[in-house]
Amino acid sequence: MAERILKNIRIGGLKNAVKGNDYRKEATISYAILIGGYILLQVLSAAGIVGHNLQGQFVPICVYVSLAVSLNLVVGISGELSLGHAGFMAVGAFSGILMSRVLLQSMTFEPLILIISMLFGAFMASIAGFIIGIPILGLRGDYLAIVTLAFGEIIRNFMNVLYFGFVDGKLKFAFNHTIEGIEDTDRIITGAIGATGTKTMASFTWGLLLCLFTVFIVLNLKNSKQGRAIMSIRDNRIAGESIGLDVRKYKLMAFVVSAALAGMAGCLFGLNYSTLVPVKFNFNTSVLILVFVVLGGVGNIWGGIIAATLLTILPETFRQFADYRMLTYAIVLILVMICTYNPAIKSRITALWNKVKPKKKDNGPGGKPRKKKAGKEAA
Amino acid sequence: MIFLTNLISGLSLGSVYAIIALGYTMVYGISKMLNFAHGDVIMIGGYMSFVMTMYMGLNGWLALLVAMVICTLLGVTIERLAYRPLRGTGSLAVLITAIGVSYFLQNIALLIWGANPKMFTSLFKGMKPVHAAGGQLTITPESILTILANIVIMILLTLFVSKTKAGKAMRAVSEDNGAAQLMGINVNQSISLTFAIGSGLAAVAGVLMLSAYPVLMPTTGAMPGIKAFTAAVFGGIGSIPGAMIGGLILGIIEIFSRSYISTELSDAIVFACLIIVLLVKPTGLLGKKISEKV
Repeated sequence: MAERILKNIRIGGLKNAVKGNDYRKEATISYAILIGGYILLQVLSAAGIVGHNLQGQFVPICVYVSLAVSLNLVVGISGELSLGHAGFMAVGAFSGILMSRVLLQSMTFEPLILIISMLFGAFMASIAGFIIGIPILGLRGDYLAIVTLAFGEIIRNFMNVLYFGFVDGKLKFAFNHTIEGIEDTDRIITGAIGATGTKTMASFTWGLLLCLFTVFIVLNLKNSKQGRAIMSIRDNRIAGESIGLDVRKYKLMAFVVSAALAGMAGCLFGLNYSTLVPVKFNFNTSVLILVFVVLGGVGNIWGGIIAATLLTILPETFRQFADYRMLTYAIVLILVMICTYNPAIKSRITALWNKVKPKKKDNGPGGKPRKKKAGKEAA
Repeated sequence: MIFLTNLISGLSLGSVYAIIALGYTMVYGISKMLNFAHGDVIMIGGYMSFVMTMYMGLNGWLALLVAMVICTLLGVTIERLAYRPLRGTGSLAVLITAIGVSYFLQNIALLIWGANPKMFTSLFKGMKPVHAAGGQLTITPESILTILANIVIMILLTLFVSKTKAGKAMRAVSEDNGAAQLMGINVNQSISLTFAIGSGLAAVAGVLMLSAYPVLMPTTGAMPGIKAFTAAVFGGIGSIPGAMIGGLILGIIEIFSRSYISTELSDAIVFACLIIVLLVKPTGLLGKKISEKV
């Protein structure tokens, strides 16, 4: 009974402090899904069940999973709508590629190069997140969303006019014009053409490590003192302020950590392809990641992991229905949103579920399965 | 002279943004949702007008009328089927649904008309450009008529919203949904009407835009949609004069930065201006202040 009352208290910090084993449960499920999925896909591809096309998607799946997890930090845990996640991914991808090319001049040990590049990508993306975060976090709700959208587009536009390359073994940089006297093979980033001649280093195993690292960081942040502060600000900003929480600091913390993780994922994405165009990181990609987060359940880490995996694998599997694939995707998206959020339909589905569900466990006085935290609006 | 030419094309582009921004701002004002599918309604309007002129042999103006009717119906249908079930459930759910609708419209267009760009015939084909200042300044009929259309639409819309019963009802609903309902206003009808007007205007904007920039593709509406949305926020989302001012300023900034600074960076400059404005005035130029209650 006491637990039920606590469930109804809207201050997330308190709820989480009391239900400490929620964290362990969420972490166990998340890690189990990641490692289980990895082993499953490895076995399936060793057995020849998974085709070549899908095998090529393994690294992108991992990247999208970790992007979904890191965006969940902003959308779910911090409660702000961000529409520019692909921008941080782009910063991480291009700075990581740059770093890998520079390191390849003097080093040959690939794993080390990959790690340094990813850290550099994360670092640059966190700087971008910091610069963007400071001015905008004073804005509310939809205004914040449109500004993150604008920043995402600005970052992509800047990538269109950046030029990096080696001339006589030295790194050269140019803005808004090509580098003079450069050999084609020495180009690293060429404006709208993007990164070329990247040495691909990413693999599925690195992807798994990236996902595990991202989930580790996000879950630990969520379960820390800072995370509880972030969530209590999300649930009631004024109440949070009144108990002395520095709203800007905590919102910025969530934003910058999320940006850094997106940069790291972006770097692995960049190092998975020998060429990469900046157009890849447009508004549609930001939206795609947001769709993973929302369909997985806002704030639910493992839900996001599953949504990102399925929504990357399924369109790939149904490639033969190319024309109708995206149309179906759109219709399914709309239907899922209506079925999960419309109060009338939702209660009908819950009633149906309660009838069908095998009654083996005593669910306590409520008798209902715990629902996902969803549709939390910034007040 | 280059300055004047740029100013006129800026005003013309800005007028298109302003007309699209009206759709965003009215819908946001009344139902507090970011209707990301609005840009794609523009695209559908463009295709409808294209089909009517090319395959049905209709006159351009008649085709525009048909496109307006179809877009109006489309807008109302979208609202009825996709947005109404989610009313009052929080902005995130509606936002994702709007994105779903946007994908849906783009892919329908892709299925019907294919990915190849179509060349749109200007609505004002046959009209001669105006020469001024001894032939140094050439003004296309598209620019003049787009700017004129914008002014006419603004005047009519302002009159409609402030003078008619339906317009007053719309304002009441955007002010306070619940109180309006208690006063006997049919909220559903008001919201449908808003979507109808916004989508009808989207068809006009689409045809005007394609008359000046004639490449028609399933993704044609996406970027103008985002820009016009930016314009609406710039002017203060929810405000009709704000949409007009925001649209015009944005169009002028875009054309000027394209011709004086860099083509690639023009979008970045537009978005940077938006951010600067929001930092100084967090609710846009003419937006209302939001007060927060405990």
